[in-house]
Amino acid sequence: MKKLILVLAFLLPNAVFAAGGGVHLDTANYDLTDKVSLQNGAKLFQNYCLGCHQMQYQRYQRAFEDLGIPTEIGQENLQFTGEKVGDYIKNGMPADSAAKWFGAPPPDLTLVARVRGADWLYTYLRTFYVDESRPFGVNNLVFPEVGMPHVLQELQGVPSKATEEHMVDGEMVERYVGIKSDGSGVLSPEEYDSAVLDLVNYLVYTGEPSRLESESIGRWVIIFLLVFFVLIYLLKKEYWRDVH
Amino acid sequence: MFKNLMDWIEYRLPIMRVANMHAVQYPAPRNMNFWYVFGFLATIVLVNQIVTGIWLTMSFEPSAERAFASVEFIMRDVEYGWILRYMHSTGASAFFIVVYLHMFRGMIYGSYQKPRELLWLFGMFIYLALMAEAFMGYVLPWGQMSYWGAQVIVSLFSAIPVIGPDLVVWIQGDYVISGATLNRFFALHVIALPLVIVILVFLHIVALHEVGSNNPDGTDVKRKKGSLSEDEKTKFKIHEYYTDKYDIIDDIVPFFPHIVLKDLVAFSLFLIAFCYVMFFNPGMGGYFLEHPNFEIANGLKTPEHIFPVWYFTPFYAILKAVPHKLGGVICMFAAIVALALLPWIDRGRVKSWRYRCGLHTWNLIIFAGVFIFLGYLGGTPQEAWKIIASQILTIMYFGFFFLLWIYSKNEKTKPVPARITG
Repeated sequence: MKKLILVLAFLLPNAVFAAGGGVHLDTANYDLTDKVSLQNGAKLFQNYCLGCHQMQYQRYQRAFEDLGIPTEIGQENLQFTGEKVGDYIKNGMPADSAAKWFGAPPPDLTLVARVRGADWLYTYLRTFYVDESRPFGVNNLVFPEVGMPHVLQELQGVPSKATEEHMVDGEMVERYVGIKSDGSGVLSPEEYDSAVLDLVNYLVYTGEPSRLESESIGRWVIIFLLVFFVLIYLLKKEYWRDVH
Repeated sequence: MFKNLMDWIEYRLPIMRVANMHAVQYPAPRNMNFWYVFGFLATIVLVNQIVTGIWLTMSFEPSAERAFASVEFIMRDVEYGWILRYMHSTGASAFFIVVYLHMFRGMIYGSYQKPRELLWLFGMFIYLALMAEAFMGYVLPWGQMSYWGAQVIVSLFSAIPVIGPDLVVWIQGDYVISGATLNRFFALHVIALPLVIVILVFLHIVALHEVGSNNPDGTDVKRKKGSLSEDEKTKFKIHEYYTDKYDIIDDIVPFFPHIVLKDLVAFSLFLIAFCYVMFFNPGMGGYFLEHPNFEIANGLKTPEHIFPVWYFTPFYAILKAVPHKLGGVICMFAAIVALALLPWIDRGRVKSWRYRCGLHTWNLIIFAGVFIFLGYLGGTPQEAWKIIASQILTIMYFGFFFLLWIYSKNEKTKPVPARITG
């Protein structure tokens, strides 16, 4: 009976629970050909994300090759616990404990850019704000009731929702104008945005490592097909000349 | 030497005879326009699906534990595995695009009418098998949409009175969608259904060649034996199988090279579009590959919205339009059965919409619009107005068949030309 109700709940028109809460997403102008940006993104991932999130489908070696990182330099700087270069990018966090600590195990991030989209990630990582009601003291604009702490706080500083007072119909009204850092971070707001963009760039890359190769092969395929089309069209015309 | 060998084989196996009969000297009306290329394209896509499918099975692991990871293994570690995977996933959507156009061609030119009823029915069976094939294939990557989409579709069977709940358990092989379901869907997807589809396609083509191809005028190019003078007969070399039974009028071309070349022109254009999607935009904005399906299946986490892939959404909208579960399931299947019954619903004698009443033209155009709009409604998040819209459109969908049945009885048609025009 319970199952039937569950099933009916899927079939019947559901109320819409909007993800992202209708928050405007900023455009992430990432560039997969920018190796410096990708390398910085990989470094940020290894330092700030890997503690909890894995990339269990992505191998170190593949990332090093595609990002132009020599194997030795990669192993020295990006592999912290002596994994082999052919290993997947994993951490040692037991999933059961993780589920206890955070309510749910932190999701694998290999494909997160394909699930959420680059714009969502770019906005998400820049819209944490102080909210004392949450277990980790922070909440997020595009991911309300988020279950993770603001791990990039060291870089951004302590962010909070900024408001300005405006006169509306003779009354002062507080209006939300954006997220502002208290300036205690290592990076300036512009540098922070750029660092997040690098990280997003890297996540877009790991979501589909074959993207650039695909486009470079694809160009030649399309050119070949255009030529093929012209030739086959002329041949067809020749054979059909006497028919009509 | 070579000719001797060919003769030796031909004496024992009729390769050349069959090739000539069905692929070289088959008479095709010369006015077959671009609407007539989609059958050829569907065959090409079928071959693509089978060939890439074989290579994908070499690395895919059909278990709940390994399926998702093995797809990513194909995408990353198998040499050019990503090309194989995208050829297969883009091919699935391309298959439905060409099949829908192929079916609509049959509708506007009355290709389902006598004597092509069985041909149409075989086509509908292919379409059904194709839907089952696509559905089961979509479960295999074991992403969130694979899992929850399967949940929704399989649970439809629970609406069947008395046996429903047991039937669902029997289909799933478990009390929930699980690794057991994945395993059997894999078996059905890679061998059972492809075999059925290939056999049906064979029958579809044999039935087509027996009655001959229709054309945009709906004029028959085969005439009674002895009714045509030598001047009126075609000058092309046509196989005796056809000329022994009929006189073939001078309005045809042989399948090879004329039709093959025309199909190849369409094929090259199709490939340009196909390769553009495959190399530059394989996800097609979440329509060909849905975003939530890049997250591994999780039976405890329901996605916000569950949609089938775009090619099922018109029927999904009909399902959701009906507030009663069993009623919705019946309506959804009735929508497909109605299409299959077209040869008997349409009581007209004139095939092509060129020579039928104006109402028929509008009926067809509106039907196509309704189908597309239903697809939109079934594939986007639910809103209040959409429920009413999908109910109205569901009525309009069935209204097409009802109207056709009414007006085709004593329809005012234009005279059909004796010879092919244009």
